[in-house]
Amino acid sequence: MTVKILRTLLLLPVFGLLSGCNMVLMQPSGDIATRQRDLILASTGLMLLIIIPVIVATLFFAWRYRESNKEAAYDPDWHHSTHLEVLIWSAPLVIVIALGALTWISTHTLDPYRPLSRLDASRPLPKDVKPLVVEVVALDWKWLFFYPDQGIATVNEIAAPVDVPITFKITAATVMNSFFIPALAGQIYAMPGMETKLHAVINKPGMFEGMSANYSGSGFSRMNFRFVGLDQAGFDDWVAKAKAGNKPLSREAYLELERPSEREPVTFYSSVAPGLYGQVLNMCAVPGKMCMHEMMAIDAKGGAGKDSQANRARLEYDNRYAERGDEGNAATVGGSGRSSHSPEQPQGMKPKSTAPEVKPHSGSEHSGHDHSGHAHGDAAPAGDGPKGDGPKSGETKSGETKSDGPGGADPVAPGQLNK
Amino acid sequence: MFSNPDLQKLLFGRLTLDAVPLHEPILLITFAMVGLGGLAVLGGLTYFRLWGPLWRDWFTSVDHKKIGIMYIVLALVMLLRGFADALMMRAQQAMAFGPNEGYLPPHHYDQIFTAHGVIMIFFVAMPLVTGLMNFVVPLQIGARDVAFPFLNNFSFWMTVAGAVTVMASLFVGEFARTGWLAYPPLSGPAMSPGVGVDYYIWALQIAGIGTLLSGINLIATIVKMRAPGMGMMRMPIFTWTALCTNILIVAAFPILTAVLAMLSLDRYVGTHFFSNDLGGNPMMYVNLIWIWGHPEVYILILPAFGVFSEITATFSRKRLFGYASMVYATVVITILSYLVWLHHFFTMGSGASVNSFFGITTMIISIPTGAKIFNWLFTMYKGRIDFDVPMLWTIGFMVTFTVGGMTGVLLAVPPADFVLHNSLFLIAHFHNVIIGGVLFGMLAGITYWFPKAFGYKLDAFWGKMSFWFWLTGFWFAFMPLYVLGLMGVTRRVQHFDDPSLQIWFVIAAFGAFLILLGIASFIVTLVVSFLKREELRDLTGDPWNGRTLEWATSSPPPDYNFAFTPVVHDHDAWWDMKKRGYVRPLSGFQKIHMPRGTATGLILGVISIVFSFAMIWYIWWLAALTFVALTVVTIGHTFNYARDFYIPADEVVRTENARTALLAERV
Amino acid sequence: MRARRFWRNGSRIMAAHSTAAFTADDFKGPGDTPVFLDADGKHHPEGGTMLGFWLYLMSDCLIFAALFAVYAVLGRNYAAGPSPKDLFDLKLVALNTSMLLFSSITYGFAMLEMEKEKRGRMQLWLAVTGLFGLCFIGLELYEFQHLIHEGATPQRSAFLSAFFTLVGTHGLHVSLGIVWLVILMVQVQLRGLGDENKRRLMCLSMFWHFLDVVWIGVFTFVYLMGVL
Repeated sequence: MTVKILRTLLLLPVFGLLSGCNMVLMQPSGDIATRQRDLILASTGLMLLIIIPVIVATLFFAWRYRESNKEAAYDPDWHHSTHLEVLIWSAPLVIVIALGALTWISTHTLDPYRPLSRLDASRPLPKDVKPLVVEVVALDWKWLFFYPDQGIATVNEIAAPVDVPITFKITAATVMNSFFIPALAGQIYAMPGMETKLHAVINKPGMFEGMSANYSGSGFSRMNFRFVGLDQAGFDDWVAKAKAGNKPLSREAYLELERPSEREPVTFYSSVAPGLYGQVLNMCAVPGKMCMHEMMAIDAKGGAGKDSQANRARLEYDNRYAERGDEGNAATVGGSGRSSHSPEQPQGMKPKSTAPEVKPHSGSEHSGHDHSGHAHGDAAPAGDGPKGDGPKSGETKSGETKSDGPGGADPVAPGQLNK
Repeated sequence: MFSNPDLQKLLFGRLTLDAVPLHEPILLITFAMVGLGGLAVLGGLTYFRLWGPLWRDWFTSVDHKKIGIMYIVLALVMLLRGFADALMMRAQQAMAFGPNEGYLPPHHYDQIFTAHGVIMIFFVAMPLVTGLMNFVVPLQIGARDVAFPFLNNFSFWMTVAGAVTVMASLFVGEFARTGWLAYPPLSGPAMSPGVGVDYYIWALQIAGIGTLLSGINLIATIVKMRAPGMGMMRMPIFTWTALCTNILIVAAFPILTAVLAMLSLDRYVGTHFFSNDLGGNPMMYVNLIWIWGHPEVYILILPAFGVFSEITATFSRKRLFGYASMVYATVVITILSYLVWLHHFFTMGSGASVNSFFGITTMIISIPTGAKIFNWLFTMYKGRIDFDVPMLWTIGFMVTFTVGGMTGVLLAVPPADFVLHNSLFLIAHFHNVIIGGVLFGMLAGITYWFPKAFGYKLDAFWGKMSFWFWLTGFWFAFMPLYVLGLMGVTRRVQHFDDPSLQIWFVIAAFGAFLILLGIASFIVTLVVSFLKREELRDLTGDPWNGRTLEWATSSPPPDYNFAFTPVVHDHDAWWDMKKRGYVRPLSGFQKIHMPRGTATGLILGVISIVFSFAMIWYIWWLAALTFVALTVVTIGHTFNYARDFYIPADEVVRTENARTALLAERV
Repeated sequence: MRARRFWRNGSRIMAAHSTAAFTADDFKGPGDTPVFLDADGKHHPEGGTMLGFWLYLMSDCLIFAALFAVYAVLGRNYAAGPSPKDLFDLKLVALNTSMLLFSSITYGFAMLEMEKEKRGRMQLWLAVTGLFGLCFIGLELYEFQHLIHEGATPQRSAFLSAFFTLVGTHGLHVSLGIVWLVILMVQVQLRGLGDENKRRLMCLSMFWHFLDVVWIGVFTFVYLMGVL
């Protein structure tokens, strides 16, 4: 009884608070997240059908059959009733059947690998629409986004035109992260050497918060980024601004960027070294390394025989932090160079005074971006990629590694162990 | 320390003075308090001349009752540590907004959430469950001890050794910063160099051996040592749940052992099981650890279900509704718990069919679980419910757990999980079932069986205080986390930018404070009850008007539990005996065959601590030495054939006559 | 890690002929009055040693199951390095396998002698078993040494990590079995063939045959399927 009263008392201020807060999962701005929200509400509703009666009955029986209530029936040997047994097994069974059907259907329709079939509840997908492709790399501790069709790359900010389907191809450089924009769609893991996919669409313009949802070491808490929904013209401007920056992303620049840091300012790259995403995905961005897809091709043919010692060094990947002298993501005493529980921050972790804080639905224009001049008039139509306006520094060794970037190749199918 | 670095490395491995956090005030204070507390305990033991009894009657005892109690003491001590971690996290998250970085830098905060998870699961929940099963099961089945009494003692000391290893990381070195399941590649040698993950691995490996052996022991006990007449369908429900839990332990813990062994090989030898490069596969670790991890959840909750079944029947003064259906539900949960592990990582990108298969199997588990809730409900129906403290916990559990179950099923819907996974909603959910289910169950169980263990009841007033603080504290601490989860806030975050979240974290911190009062009240309960023990004394051995065999003997039971082995005709055996006019025998006592105590388990435990410490710090000579010592002591133990003795008949007569006199005095 | 039975006396090694389970009906009083106590001490629960040890073996079996599963996942990840075809010498492994199979047979002979209470001949067969076991371990170590010499180390690729761990774990078990065998031979020499020692020999017997079965799995799954 007391529990009930307490609950009621509790609820009053809670409602006040709830109305004041922004429950992004309950008011999303993308169709996928909206359907996920509807699914949450529907499932909860279904379950409440049984949960509420159980809780009410618990409290009621407890009160009704209290020891002091001599009015109530008392039957100490009553312990079986076939009718009730059937009821108590079948009631949850019915709910689970309903929920199971809902699960089966929604899991297939909302599968992140499945291309979209509609823009929102009222609009089907236009026939000739070409999805925006964004290649996502989770670095320590920032996000790098490639726009292969536009030929640009950005750090810690992505933009997408409203009502255009987006295809995310997601990987990571060192450890597992999770790519999550709550307002847009559910999350999916970003894993090194593997590519996951996510299809989504943003229906409202605005700025939304994105983050890594899976703990990845020291700088994890500050691994946020901004997702911007723009109209088509705004998006074109955004791309043009990136191009205008005249800051190419070469392999060297990538390898410098890859080193651990946090609160990286939003950065725009006007062009990208050819095949860089493929190299990152295949763990061969460092010159001289063998790419995963090459290794897997060799393995599929039965390995490279006994005289293949040299391949080992070409395939080593996890050791590069130690080689560069960067502290491991989760290093502790004995491996961190710091003393035990020292308050000192590890290298790369020191807050940058210049870094803007990524705030949801706030923040001014894209800071960190150089607004000076537009070099190109056209906003690089999709398909041609960068027109070689970046320095060629990364290319001298690319012949050696033979990695032109497999693009959508799937080196290891995630979630499937024996591949 | 040494001018010659090679010599220092040879002698101390990677252990240096830097490993002792002399500059960290929080740790120094903790260290001072632990030191002072330890000195006070040692001093007290010496002053009251308790060393001898402690050694003879407890540490070297193979008596399942003593070992069960020691497990629970260990769990309560570790609860304080684990809860201190929780308070620190709540405080950090309540203050670290915007320009305020809070008081815990990330690498300290990361250790705290890792340690909190590891300690609460492995060294609080597990010892509570194992301890309760150890104490209760042999009594409930009318046995005189477990099947392998020495093994029981050894298992306990291995668990202690694991706990000591975790605690050592606080004062020498650091603990892992990987989260409680230590996913590679983050926990691999490249990303987690240093001792943190090694502390984690060795603590879990050593404690895991103890858990596995104790699982084997209790299965053999339940299968082979039940009193005559106690068929499988006459076993008390708690024994049933204990059987299923131990089957789960034996079938799940080897996987943990194997997966941790492979992680250690990656870290110590440089193999490539879970690395990114050279063909390793980190996803395999995630799969394997959850093949252990999901059954582990049921290992913890099933005994709690058993406790609630016993308590509901006893305090409703009524036979348990649907005994058979309860048993089947338990067995179904046991089997299904192996078919759901993938629901912990729907977001890894398995196909839709795989995800929905595991989602639906997860939901199916809610059917037997729901059936159990209904069974308790209908046990209360037409009962005469006595709201003593154990029953309060039960009602609190039924309401709280139902909500946790609901959010759990919600998380089992893969597309819903895509937005809720890794969020504070998930955190709220599993605390909802682990606190509302396991912890409430264990506290209920402790309150319920305390008079059996010590001969006096726990003080009801402070018990109720503890219950209400825990219950309200729980709701205050975790409802805000559900809300935050829906606001898209994820777990393990040390600092936030959005100030509008702060109020929710402050409420959660307040809830944690209420739980602190709940824990404090529980400790006060223990102290007050000890002081008032004459008033609370139970002379009958049956203070609650119980139903199962443990209430047939005295409180506390004699070493041999039962002077005569009981014969069972019903699953409520003691109720049946009382109803049909059982008379306690006053003569005809015989000598009783009993196991002999030994210090071997304790010695092996201590050597294991040193061994793991040496392995963690790369002190190879010490590791080799202690490994040889472990082998020698183990082999030496097999040459000891004198492992049993008889309690002479006149001693049994003396004990039983004393009880007769006490019972007569009462009337 | 040996599960042992400590304190229930008696000769119930083979559970079958034991006094095992009484039903409540065995405890009838005069007329229909129920009996609630075993007043004469009729009830001796049989020892759970064999069950306990069997449970331990099952848990061990799960460790091997995990290692087999890992090998199944990683077994073709050669990391552009050597594969089973390049490395395994089936003749050597066949010889090795025969050593272990023979040792199981000779252990069986030892157990037959134990049943006949012939201690000396039992010890002889046990010694032969131990020698076969040592040959097995010796050949395995030779194989490992050879592989490492060729650069096929556990660090070379995930396939080799999984291979060395699976085969090595089996080898460790066999080594442990040999140590245990020697200890039991000493104990039998010192204390004769008592119930206690017979039970221990039975446990080791289960352990030894179990390792044999696991090895057949390793031989088929790792070596044969790897090379053929």
